[in-house]
Amino acid sequence: MGNSSSMLTQYDIEEVQKHSNGAFTQQEIVSLYSRFCQLDRKNCGFIPSDEFLTIPEFALNPLSHTLLTMLDALNFKDFVAFLSVFSPRATLQHKIEFIFKVYDTDCNGKVTFRDILRVLKDMSGQFMPEKQMEEILTKVLEEAGYQKDSVLVLSDFMKILGDKGVKMEVDFHVD
Amino acid sequence: MTSAGTLKTSRSELDLDRPNIEDYLPTGSSIQQEPHGKLRLHDLLDISPTLSEAAGAIVDDSFTRCFKSNPPEPWNWNVYLFPLWCCGVVFRYLILFPARVLVLTIGWIIFLSSFIPVHFLLKGQDKLRRNLERSLVEMMCSFFVASWTGVVKYHGPRPSRRPKQVFVANHTSMIDFIILEQMTAFAVIMQKHPGWVGLLQSTILESVGCIWFNRSEAKDREIVTRKLREHVQGADNNPLLIFPEGTCVNNHYTVMFKKGAFELGCTVCPVAIKYNKIFVDAFWNSRKQSFTKHLLQLMTSWAVVCDVWYLEPQNLKPGETPIEFAERVRDIISHRAGLKKVPWDGYLKYSRPSPKHRERKQQNFAESMLRRLEEK
Repeated sequence: MGNSSSMLTQYDIEEVQKHSNGAFTQQEIVSLYSRFCQLDRKNCGFIPSDEFLTIPEFALNPLSHTLLTMLDALNFKDFVAFLSVFSPRATLQHKIEFIFKVYDTDCNGKVTFRDILRVLKDMSGQFMPEKQMEEILTKVLEEAGYQKDSVLVLSDFMKILGDKGVKMEVDFHVD
Repeated sequence: MTSAGTLKTSRSELDLDRPNIEDYLPTGSSIQQEPHGKLRLHDLLDISPTLSEAAGAIVDDSFTRCFKSNPPEPWNWNVYLFPLWCCGVVFRYLILFPARVLVLTIGWIIFLSSFIPVHFLLKGQDKLRRNLERSLVEMMCSFFVASWTGVVKYHGPRPSRRPKQVFVANHTSMIDFIILEQMTAFAVIMQKHPGWVGLLQSTILESVGCIWFNRSEAKDREIVTRKLREHVQGADNNPLLIFPEGTCVNNHYTVMFKKGAFELGCTVCPVAIKYNKIFVDAFWNSRKQSFTKHLLQLMTSWAVVCDVWYLEPQNLKPGETPIEFAERVRDIISHRAGLKKVPWDGYLKYSRPSPKHRERKQQNFAESMLRRLEEK
């Protein structure tokens, strides 16, 4: 992999394509590589998570903190794999899995009431008191047929989000 | 040289400088379809818009673009161009560069041998001394410009020395100052640098009346504002030159102007500088190279070509706030020099955006949730 060189070979590109399940065209991967090199300022082959915080648009995103744990020390292959879920070619299943991972921070395959509450707190900041958030979440969960102490797994997420679908795309324009 | 070290959250005092960034964020971030209908579990769990925004910023963002040095297309890629290019390299490094160093050395000798006597012997005759020092600094800057074969075209009326006026220009590299200084001896407000640049700053630039600040000290701002005001009042002082972007940008974009220069109660004369990248990119990417390296790069290239436009002086319009004034002048400069405007504060290079900016999004989310809860 192009750790020290700044040239991608055809072999590299194909390897990365495979690793990200064909979500990107070769042109897009080349374009992502120049972005990767831009972020990997010290040229060490991976992006330290701190670097993402130098992007003001990213730093002011409410979920940046949670995403940073998923973005730690990514090499180029993982960088592309991470972004592949935002490609228009990614499957709905892949997208829902990703969202599930954002909630399931301890990676045990289960999302609890507290996990959802944590994300809601990030999203609404100081603009909603915790008590009120808990009440709203409990009410909405019950209406959907779950209890406050229910534990959600991936298949639950698929059911809940799968119906209406999820629009999660980024424009990977090629320079 | 600025260090790329650890980032810190910007102090609240620096925040007062900027208008709401949320108002300027690129399309797609705040123009989300307002969700309708009763609040369901699906809506609470679906964080995809926020995630998409985050990913969009990772893939490309308008702030980083401002500081990207775009390498020129390599042109020496075939059998006859490559040897030609090699000859060029040999000529530039072995003939041109030593010649330039020679010119610069001669310049320094002439300058120092005139400046030091004038500075110490004419202590009593202030006016004469000032005039002489002014001319000497202008001359020295000309030597500098010659040392990178600067081809500078000046357009517009030459700045005059009058009180209650301030010059503002877009900033690409520290050589901006030298290019402008060779035409008119400006007093400038600069970040204090370490090393040999700092030495120059504290000795020679003192004579043209420069003001120093320290970016990392928020308290410094009040002192600096006071010094600026004092300077502009004095009729004898050199015209003041300010780079309101606060940092070097890559000459394709302009970042937001700090309002400090626009609330001094005087006329603002915009100056636009545009470099032609035909031989070398004059953008000093302070994250990537030291100033010395940058200077060496300039001295080993064929020429530095640029245009300088002295634009029509502007005054604060009735009912206009300093921030609006700053944006209007930024518009004028960007238009003239063909630069795109981005809504970011240049200081975000050194510190993270304050959590305040995230609050607008959070507020929207909370309000939307509550509103939909009420719906049947």
